[in-house]
Amino acid sequence: MSGKDPRDQLVDHLPAMRAFAISLTRNGAIADDMVQDTLVKAWTNIEKFQDGTNMRAWLFTILRNTYYSSRRKANREVADVDGVFTESLAEKPAHDGHMQMTDFRNALALLKDEQREALLLVGASGFSYEEAAEMCGVAVGTIKSRTNRARARLAELMGLREDESLEMTDDATMSVISSSKVSSF
Amino acid sequence: MQAGKNDERESFIDENLRRVYEETVEEGIPDKFKDLLQKLKEQDKKDGNEG
Repeated sequence: MSGKDPRDQLVDHLPAMRAFAISLTRNGAIADDMVQDTLVKAWTNIEKFQDGTNMRAWLFTILRNTYYSSRRKANREVADVDGVFTESLAEKPAHDGHMQMTDFRNALALLKDEQREALLLVGASGFSYEEAAEMCGVAVGTIKSRTNRARARLAELMGLREDESLEMTDDATMSVISSSKVSSF
Repeated sequence: MQAGKNDERESFIDENLRRVYEETVEEGIPDKFKDLLQKLKEQDKKDGNEG
């Protein structure tokens, strides 16, 4: 064997793996268990990692496989999430003040796993649609439509309608933002 | 469909998403993960599989 041991890099990806796991499971303890399982799997299967490829993508793939196989074993919790939280969210006047981070987290938790995952991979973790598609074993178009649906659903849950401006952006600001966007391209 | 407002909405969501994510990333890593890596390393040495 030559060069550096890729296993030395595992530690660098831990914070991102944990953030992804927590967002995916919405439960710190379960997330930590998953990350531990993933670490052991990655360590013992390191020869399957191809040098020069994206290690984070490889680790996230193991992580999500771990998640979905454990979810298949205990897939009861999924059912009740949708109804209960939607009720309490709907009571909140989400558009009357600054969006609270907890509201956003709650809204995120209401997304379907597949949608939340796609959005996290593309919107937060910085993977390309292509990378995310490969990690999830689906077509690029599927990832695109999942992220679009996830954003639309989040907007709906947060009370951000298509016909409404965000409370912090009046028309003037909005036009400045859009014109600066246009001119920067 | 109003593309401008949708773009705005989208970047608002993505910004929150990144913030939620970053918060977790910045929490750092519990010691148990480093302990686990250390344990795996020692186990390998014991097995004589020096990489």
